[in-house]
Amino acid sequence: MPKLTIDDLKRIKEETTKATAVRHGGEVRVKITVHMGTCGIAAGARDVMKSLMEEMAEADRQDIRVVTSGCMGMCSSEPNITVEVLDSEPIVYQHMDANRMRQVFRRHALQGEVQTDFALAKL
Amino acid sequence: MRELSLHILDVVENGITAGAGRIEIRVEESRPADRLSIAVRDNGRGMPPEKAGNPEDPFITSRTTRRVGLGLSLLAAAARRCEGDLSVAAAPGRGTEVRAHFRHSHIDRAPLGDMAGTLSMLILGNPHIDFVYAHTVDGEELTLDTRELIDGGADLRDPGTLRQLERWIRDTLERMHRPPGASGTEESTHAETDD
Repeated sequence: MPKLTIDDLKRIKEETTKATAVRHGGEVRVKITVHMGTCGIAAGARDVMKSLMEEMAEADRQDIRVVTSGCMGMCSSEPNITVEVLDSEPIVYQHMDANRMRQVFRRHALQGEVQTDFALAKL
Repeated sequence: MRELSLHILDVVENGITAGAGRIEIRVEESRPADRLSIAVRDNGRGMPPEKAGNPEDPFITSRTTRRVGLGLSLLAAAARRCEGDLSVAAAPGRGTEVRAHFRHSHIDRAPLGDMAGTLSMLILGNPHIDFVYAHTVDGEELTLDTRELIDGGADLRDPGTLRQLERWIRDTLERMHRPPGASGTEESTHAETDD
């Protein structure tokens, strides 16, 4: 009976690339919210989130947090995400997909450049 | 929704919105019995009886951002399309359990889809929630408990670790779904002879 144990997780981790240091809380500088209501999920929010996870794993930045939330009431522009960089206005992005997510992560979350082409609103 | 795993993601998100701290996801597949069952149980604040009794009514919702609640009604429709059904057991303050049954071989049954992705995304987005996942295919079971993994020292906030976890779930499920006796190499041989 396959049961995922801590040893499995350690083993599969060793088999792959770099070992990541254990996180110790630390300050959160960027918060990325993926809106995961029924509308967001149906529109592809899971793939957006997946692309975000891949980018996070590559960037290995400990000051970026990912959270999910429900529907914002703007279902027609889903998948939506909100990027909040410390001390700047939260930006809502619309009609996200895996590629747009990569761009927003690299340019906005990492370098602070708001990607106005995909932006829906400033909150 | 194109995949049952997206419905599961959606129902689990309902539980999270209801303030759950622990969510159990059980998927049971039996090809001999031609049945697929999904159960999602949370310990959130539950639902008033009028909502639990009418899971298929999209115009009952507690949300304030819009006046329709589509999640459960979509799942109910997906189940009914393939000779299945949906039931909700809930009481205010005592959590909610959503169960859906499907005829496994029905032509209109949506594929289960990317369960590994659904789980890793849930864990990534909700590090404060304990997830239990059990998936049975013809009697063989895969289980996972995030609380146990964290207590054992796993860092499930780390995207690299989650990527490994996702890969493990995907590979294990794929192996469990293979017909008995078949291995990867045998399958490729069959494909060649079929041509």
